[in-house]
Amino acid sequence: MAQYQNLFTQVQVSAPVQTGVPLPPGHEERLIKPFMWHLMGRIGNAQIGSLYLGPLGLVSIILGTLSINIIGFNMLAQVNWSPVQFIRQLFWLALEPPPPAYGLHLPPMNQGGWWLLAGGLLTASMLLWWLRTYRRARALGLGTHVAWAFAAAIWLFLVLGFFRPVLMGSWSEAVPFGIFPHLDWTAAFSLRYGNLFYNPFHALSIAFLYGSTLIFAMHAATILAVSRFGGEREIEQIVDRGTATERAALFWRWTMGFNATMESLHRWGWWFAVLCPLVGGIGILLTGTVVDNWYLWSVKHGVAPAYPAAVPLIIDPATLGVKP
Amino acid sequence: MSRFFKFGAALLFGVTALAGCERGVPVERPPMDSKQSGFRGTGMVQITNPRITAPVLARQVVPDAAPPAATEGPTAKQVLQNVQVLGDLSIGEFTRTMTAITAWVAPKEGCAYCHNLANLAEDSKYTKIVARRMIQMTQHVNVDWKQHHNGTGVTCWTCHRGNVIPANVWFTTPPSQRSGSNLLMGDDAGQNKASDVVGLTSLPYDPFTPYLSDNKAIADIRVYGSTALPKNNRHSIKQAEHTYSLMMHMSGALGVNCTFCHNTHSFSSWDGPVQRVNAWYGIRMVGDLNASFLKPLTATFPPERLGPTGDVAKVNCLTCHQGVNKPLNGAKMAKDYPAFLTVSQQVAASVTAAPANAPTPDINGVLGKVLFESGKSALSAQAQEVIAAAAKLLKDNAGVKIALSGYADKTGNPDANLALAKQRAIAVRDALKAGGVADDRIALKKPEFVIGGAESDARRVEIAAAK
Repeated sequence: MAQYQNLFTQVQVSAPVQTGVPLPPGHEERLIKPFMWHLMGRIGNAQIGSLYLGPLGLVSIILGTLSINIIGFNMLAQVNWSPVQFIRQLFWLALEPPPPAYGLHLPPMNQGGWWLLAGGLLTASMLLWWLRTYRRARALGLGTHVAWAFAAAIWLFLVLGFFRPVLMGSWSEAVPFGIFPHLDWTAAFSLRYGNLFYNPFHALSIAFLYGSTLIFAMHAATILAVSRFGGEREIEQIVDRGTATERAALFWRWTMGFNATMESLHRWGWWFAVLCPLVGGIGILLTGTVVDNWYLWSVKHGVAPAYPAAVPLIIDPATLGVKP
Repeated sequence: MSRFFKFGAALLFGVTALAGCERGVPVERPPMDSKQSGFRGTGMVQITNPRITAPVLARQVVPDAAPPAATEGPTAKQVLQNVQVLGDLSIGEFTRTMTAITAWVAPKEGCAYCHNLANLAEDSKYTKIVARRMIQMTQHVNVDWKQHHNGTGVTCWTCHRGNVIPANVWFTTPPSQRSGSNLLMGDDAGQNKASDVVGLTSLPYDPFTPYLSDNKAIADIRVYGSTALPKNNRHSIKQAEHTYSLMMHMSGALGVNCTFCHNTHSFSSWDGPVQRVNAWYGIRMVGDLNASFLKPLTATFPPERLGPTGDVAKVNCLTCHQGVNKPLNGAKMAKDYPAFLTVSQQVAASVTAAPANAPTPDINGVLGKVLFESGKSALSAQAQEVIAAAAKLLKDNAGVKIALSGYADKTGNPDANLALAKQRAIAVRDALKAGGVADDRIALKKPEFVIGGAESDARRVEIAAAK
């Protein structure tokens, strides 16, 4: 007899595949005849398909693939079309934005033109995919929460690659497409603008990021812990509270004197996750446009603490002239 | 339930097995050494791994100094011909120095590496012309760049270590073959290679050509803004990446991390480790040496000694430092060789052009801060130092005027604190006047917010350039 365990998925429900609700008139047919796949059932639902592609999905995938290919082929060209070097140096390679000299003008293809094209295609692809998440939710009669959460991430992406470079008057301000290069860009960005840790929106963003993981861990643990009482049917329990909900609530009230409800917990999670890129994007947008040195800004506004000097005060030699 | 138990038991077994390993087999990797270098909790710490640093330190071998030679007797130029830079040494000291140079630079090749053995005075070999210029460079470093090495000084050995060409020199990296704007794709923007020069980051792989060839673009190393809000600072993030890559080179060359010179809270502020001053002069010294000594030798070297773009081998931080923050672990080797401790006449003439390379001092903003004890306006030793530096600055730059702004912390009576802040400014003004600064060059300026936080930094007088 199978036991219901809940740290790893042990039990798979085997049932006839679901074809989903009928689509409203004017929608295309869904693709792929649904089938069961045991391995996928180990981590999620064993049923694969069917999938709604539709014109938005199709165009989005084409543009996104095009963008990834532009980035990849530029990287491949940088290692003289050597597949071995491409794999070996993949984490270092990047498609860089144009040099600062070009400002917001159109650069030659090999001087950031490809970056502009890849970025434009990727942006179009993401916006179309956003529209797709919105329209699929509407077609199923759902709320559009997923679409707006996705929009928060797109906002940060556009701030980094479009809004801020435009406000700064130079595409060169944008992030390169590359694994290590975008990390080095981040560090250089912080150094250039006087330590991003003194940017209050950056601080808020970090709080929401860590907060998201905390909330997710607390929620996931709670639901797993009460699943033996049917707690995984949390959506029904929003309106029809059962013993699982009662026990989960009691547990947190015992532990910390307060509990989220089956419904409010998901608002907490949604807002923390959405606010992370939302306020982060604000912090990036203000950097360089409104604030040039976040440390000095913090000192000016009494945010940065003053530490006792560890050594006798030294003077910037640039103010003394160079000898010889 | 039983599955959980099994899982837990397996976990416990694993942990015990690991612990057992540690007890059973001698631990081969020594723990990291960490040394605090700033206020607690601010991450101001130098972390070194003895396993990695031990061989680097062991390589810092200093050859024994040859026994001193007689200082009396005729000078080298009285006895020998064509002695252009070391002619004032006694003939004994001259011979001792030449022997030492041979052992340091060309131990296998011997005297013949630079000299025509049939006629030692002849300048027929390019190596002799280069060696002469390098002797002048060594003298220049020892005499004129004391701010960098604090008087420790260098000899040929500091860089050469028994090699005719120092192990660590740099050439300009030729642009990628695919970087032309007429090509379709493949430009790497001068970065994004796993380059050892920049610690295997994807930062620009040639930070030397823009910043260490000479001191022309040296002002661009400083990319951060000196004001909270944007004000004419047009440095791009790409420039920040160039500075960052130069700093990665310095960090690797000296075997230190960022906090050896910088604060964790603000890389730009000058209230951190004192080493940053040495480093500041070091960057300019390298630019000066490359521009004044090495680049002019380009035509002297045969083509096979030049780099891929036809440029001469140049120095960077690694050339001398070789992995330690003080070359040769700080051994004062130069003091045993008087030949390198004074600047020969000829070299003095050749470097008069050097200040033209030096940046014109950019005197604006806050020049220094004088700190005070709580409730006092008396000047401490630190205060005297800052005031002396400010007085020197004013003496050297006749056109500069300054404004003094006094501040107090928020403890105690606000009215008394306002008066105290003013007294502090007056104390600094009087000390400057006593140091010879004319009264009309000093203004007292009441700041917008006199009362600051509760920390020691709030009790200060700021010396700022007045427009």
